[in-house]
Amino acid sequence: MELQDIIKPENKVYGKPSLMNETPMHYCPGCSHGLVHKLVAEIIEEMGMEEDTIAICPVGCAVFAYRYVDVDWIEASHGRAPACASSVKRLWPKKLVFTYQGDGDMACIGTAEAIHAMNRGENIAMIFINNAIYGMTGGQMAPTTLMGMKTATCPYGRQADLHGYPLHITDIAATLEGTCYVTRQAVNTVPNIRKAKKAIRQAFENSLKGKGCSLVEIVSTCASGWKKTPQQANEWMEENMFPYYPLGDLKNTVE
Amino acid sequence: MTEEIIISGFGGQGVLSMGKILAYAGIMEDKQVSWMPAYGPEQRGGTANVTVIISDDPISSPILSRYDTAIVLNQPSLEKFEPVVKAGGTIIYDGHSIIQPPTRKDVKVYRIDAMEEAARTGNSKVFNMLVLGGLLKARPIASIDDVVKGLRKALPERHHKLIPMNEDAIRRGMEIIEEVTI
Amino acid sequence: MDEKKNDYVLLKGNEAIAKAAIRYGYDGFFGYPITPQSEVLETLAVDKPWETTGMVVLQAESELASINMLYGAGCTGKLAFTSSSSPGIALMQEGISYMAACELPGVIVSVGRGGPGLGTIQPGQADYNQAVYGGGNGDYNLIVLAPNSVQEMCDCMGKAKELTFKWRVPVVVLSDGVIGQMMEKVLLPEYTPRRTDEEIHQQCPWATNGIGLKNRHYNVHSSLEFDPLVMEERNHKMTEKYARIEAEEVDYEYYMADDAEWLIVAYGISSRVGMKAVDILRKKGINAGMFRPKTLWPFPNRVLFDTASKYKGILCVEQSEGQLVKDVRIAVEGQTYVSHYGRSGGMIASPVEVYHAFKKMMEESVNSKKGYWIK
Repeated sequence: MELQDIIKPENKVYGKPSLMNETPMHYCPGCSHGLVHKLVAEIIEEMGMEEDTIAICPVGCAVFAYRYVDVDWIEASHGRAPACASSVKRLWPKKLVFTYQGDGDMACIGTAEAIHAMNRGENIAMIFINNAIYGMTGGQMAPTTLMGMKTATCPYGRQADLHGYPLHITDIAATLEGTCYVTRQAVNTVPNIRKAKKAIRQAFENSLKGKGCSLVEIVSTCASGWKKTPQQANEWMEENMFPYYPLGDLKNTVE
Repeated sequence: MTEEIIISGFGGQGVLSMGKILAYAGIMEDKQVSWMPAYGPEQRGGTANVTVIISDDPISSPILSRYDTAIVLNQPSLEKFEPVVKAGGTIIYDGHSIIQPPTRKDVKVYRIDAMEEAARTGNSKVFNMLVLGGLLKARPIASIDDVVKGLRKALPERHHKLIPMNEDAIRRGMEIIEEVTI
Repeated sequence: MDEKKNDYVLLKGNEAIAKAAIRYGYDGFFGYPITPQSEVLETLAVDKPWETTGMVVLQAESELASINMLYGAGCTGKLAFTSSSSPGIALMQEGISYMAACELPGVIVSVGRGGPGLGTIQPGQADYNQAVYGGGNGDYNLIVLAPNSVQEMCDCMGKAKELTFKWRVPVVVLSDGVIGQMMEKVLLPEYTPRRTDEEIHQQCPWATNGIGLKNRHYNVHSSLEFDPLVMEERNHKMTEKYARIEAEEVDYEYYMADDAEWLIVAYGISSRVGMKAVDILRKKGINAGMFRPKTLWPFPNRVLFDTASKYKGILCVEQSEGQLVKDVRIAVEGQTYVSHYGRSGGMIASPVEVYHAFKKMMEESVNSKKGYWIK
């Protein structure tokens, strides 16, 4: 049997979502962004929402998210994606509107916009990639950097007296009356990828149905920023990040 | 015809709304009007004043340095605006609110005891309408009909039941104002 | 005539902005309270346009959020506006630069007060540079309209709507605390329905709203470009557009200037003060007139240059320490003497003050060099 004989539709076990285009990704090997992008593309396709999605990306590593998924994108200024999404959703109430932000974008420079969009109960879905570091600018300390963790701007490890404490923005989100669904997920294993997909899907459904604001945190790796191999990064995340940012639903008022 | 008026007193005396009703009356007389308040954080109890211009011609500056008529409802207002009334102009003051009356001899000075009248009738809210009536007696720049039309436009619908009471106060104000010889 | 009388309403400039926006079919307002323009949001809140025209009204958490809401609205092809005053507009500069970079429609109402810093809450015109030259990064221009009456505040909302979509350039309506707070009689426009989704799709094929995605490439609004050559190309394209705007959209008016030998140049509230000052000067036998730019960008350079030699001297009147005057000097290119009079920090020059400043300018002009760098 030749290779060509095997390539048949009935033998297909896995495919790239059709909304993912052919542009080579700029993400580093082992980065969680690519996986989350794929989940987003798959879900929009499965929901049949291609013509009814408005996606808003951040400043940070995901600044180029718009290159990879074939839906209409807005590239917001640093930290302001939730403000941008608020007006978009209010002006286009029938659309699926979601933001895609990293920890620096959402939990530092854009904290006010994130908290107030959530607290107003904007009917948007917010995807929050937390890898505890500024990836794009070269591995500086993030609001979510763990205590003792070394980065370019806390080279001797994060210390409370010098740098303060990691910000638990997802926990804060769960206390806000405007949020309907707040969950923390990861994409490090196949079961976790499935769970993360289910969570993003629910957040998207909530946006469409006008249930309030949903926040899906994805505890993520940054192999380059952490100066580790992809495999080491996954292990480090499980050992250090998960105890500090435990996975699971923090709030779900929809079901 | 151009009438440049400053109305000045304490916040809460109805200075701004009196100006607004006057401006609306001007519109009903088919005139050009402008209403320019001194604005600030002192919305209750602080000083409040408004410049109202009513004119046959387009109004150039809404900000003035001299006035045809000054209505002064507290002592600081009198001190501030007495010197900048044009010669031959008009000063109207409330008898109760002013301790040291105007002294200029080159302007017409009127006294209206509107505060006392309002207190006597137990309706302090019509104070500004009494003063407005006094102004219309001293300076007949708009007819009572047009002022009532102005009231109708200035007041929200839910307050229209108060119009007869305000109209009575305007008429009463016209009766109680008196010219003072300096 | 009697009917027209009844159509007039007495409104503050700020109220006129709000009511005009509803009637011109604006899709949204996003703003944050600040004196002296808070009546814009207050009026919208009272009038509840979301129940009638469907206009969205949202009090944002900051001016930063407001301008980024406006950015989002513009990206999707909707017509939205925000309103603020000097320090608030300062906060918006980054977002304004993004909107200009992405060539988005949007209207920014700026009701100026005295600065700098927190400044005063009294009226000011010290934000000419902020509006015309911008505080955002990069090469960009905004169309800047300068109303001088409450009626023009109202009309500017219609003009801004037209221009911002025609050119895909954000439009600033640059006003001040006097025009925002003063009341004058106004004829409000008839209601124009808001555009339907289909109309937006037809008129704004660049919009990121998902409509028709299956039959087109997906749209992106981003001002990020890593390739300097591509970024430069984008800038060139915008510069060409700005040149067309400068050729087509300049607007100005004269007052008593047909036989004038001396000129006041003023915009906004200062042009009202300037008119009165011209009246006083004329009464004293001085042949003064006034030139009033109605668009501050594009600035009426050409007409000022062509007519400058007619005048023995020009006095720029503005409620600032001297911002407009620099543009006038550039336009005049030293052909005549140009001087400045203005109050600042929340003070407003009276017509009599302007009269005296004008007399001083007349005396100075005789012995002064005419170079525009001479203050």
